[in-house]
Amino acid sequence: MSSSSGTPESWISSFCSLLGHEYFAEVSEEFIEDDFNLTGLQTQVAMYKEALEMILDVEPEDDDEEDEDEEDDEDESIEGIDRPRHGERRNHSRIASDLSVIESSAEMLYGLIHQRFICSRAGIQQMSEKYELGHFGVCPRSHCEQSRTLPVGLSDIPGEETVKLFCPSCLDVYVPPNSRFQTVDGAFFGRTFGALFLLTFPEYDLTKRGADVLANARVSDDDKEMLNGMYTCNIAPGLGSNKIYEPRIYGFRVSEVARSGPRMQWLRDKPDNISELDEARHHAEANPDSDDDESMNLNGRPVRRLRPRRRHGQGGSPMALEANGADSEL
Amino acid sequence: MRPQFISSRGNEYFCEIDEDYLTDRFNLTGLNTEVQYYQYALDLITDVFDLDCDDDMRETIEKSARHLYGLIHARYIVTTRGLAKMLDKYKKADFGKCPRVFCHSHPLLPMGQTDIPHQKPVKLYCVRCEDVYNPKSSRHAAIDGAYFGTSFHNIMFQVYPALVPPKSADRYIPRVYGFKVHASAALIRWQNTQRADMLRRLRKLEIESGFKEDVGDEDLEEEDEEEDDIELEGMEGDAMHVVG
Repeated sequence: MSSSSGTPESWISSFCSLLGHEYFAEVSEEFIEDDFNLTGLQTQVAMYKEALEMILDVEPEDDDEEDEDEEDDEDESIEGIDRPRHGERRNHSRIASDLSVIESSAEMLYGLIHQRFICSRAGIQQMSEKYELGHFGVCPRSHCEQSRTLPVGLSDIPGEETVKLFCPSCLDVYVPPNSRFQTVDGAFFGRTFGALFLLTFPEYDLTKRGADVLANARVSDDDKEMLNGMYTCNIAPGLGSNKIYEPRIYGFRVSEVARSGPRMQWLRDKPDNISELDEARHHAEANPDSDDDESMNLNGRPVRRLRPRRRHGQGGSPMALEANGADSEL
Repeated sequence: MRPQFISSRGNEYFCEIDEDYLTDRFNLTGLNTEVQYYQYALDLITDVFDLDCDDDMRETIEKSARHLYGLIHARYIVTTRGLAKMLDKYKKADFGKCPRVFCHSHPLLPMGQTDIPHQKPVKLYCVRCEDVYNPKSSRHAAIDGAYFGTSFHNIMFQVYPALVPPKSADRYIPRVYGFKVHASAALIRWQNTQRADMLRRLRKLEIESGFKEDVGDEDLEEEDEEEDDIELEGMEGDAMHVVG
């Protein structure tokens, strides 16, 4: 998207093509150029202005050097930090140390912008394309049958946790299988993206994978029953009574009361009748006269019924809100 | 052939079967009908193979030997000595570590989903979350699960109950801008009541649950609190939809 800037390869696209950066979306330049989207980042990143210029490739006198470096970069592939050192040898060693600081600042800044971008309309759309192509890998859990995962952070603050993979099929998080992702900061994806993705694209059939996806990855029309704001078939499809491991010895089940008996089955459990999760209705049925039920009903049931009608608006609205805010700001 | 087989790439999950075990015919009961060229294959495994044959034949026999080794392996690893050997490998995390974030890299054990060969590939069992995972590497994903069997990993923890790690109710809760999402929050609340029921059952029988006691109690209290919070939760969830 952003690589249409004219230069052979922008900083952003070279960053995203580095080994280990496969999960990143390319943040569009418009998004970065809108100051509103960067609110508060100045204080989080050293040499903010220079880092921002590096991300946007707007350092006129360094342009040639940048291009050459980018070519070098393809061989090095891993250490983005190495890049400025080449420039240093060739040119002004004076700003060399600065350059490497700026480079790492730029990566940090890009990550933090990325955290916000993938929750925007354009960003989440781009991530959905990557999801469809299976760029984020699949769930290692056997019963999830290779459901596709989403990259998430367990913290929004950089430096705390590396990126993890959230499986919508079992609602659990896993360590990426390849160690190269263990250097990627989880805050660059943030805590919100995974859950927001499911709310934004309720129609993905979460159980589909690989070849199925190319054919049709959407929820079929027969399965469009809603519960708690999601299609029932998409509420943790990898959990439930036949998707729980049952320990056996020579065919005999290990008892719950055994010292080594099963104690974690609740984690992979789901009611056989999914409507048991309709708490609002249960509450209403249990307390037919209370005033609370009125509000509960208004807040719960009817919204659910209306949902299919309003799905289109819902599709991009998380960002629409912010985008509008940004526009009016300007 | 054994040391060579064990150390070759892709066979990291196997342990070395004792000579004594291999030479006791009782341990091999019934396997002669499972593999082609049984006697030659066994000779190959026990390093007494001296048949002059062409490469094709040799290849066939080696394949049989690998299969036979796997089948004997499934029986061997539930013996005292076999368990001890696998325990060593488990402690070194030779079988990999649990990918689930909240298991904090707990070591895995190999397992089969059936005891019949040629049905399902090997899987990995985490005793902490009691779930089954696919091996990371494709060369392990091709190993027959029957070479480990459906019972081995459970017997391991029956024999060494001290190895069962403390259980934890820590889990991932999907959130959007800090708010729980209604659909998953409702499911998690339901799962928490399942756990509370289980803890209650165990307490009634005065059996240790394996959960750190204070954690269990806290959870129960939290549950009650959360029950009161349901209305708020519901509104949070729906609030998300208005925004989302």
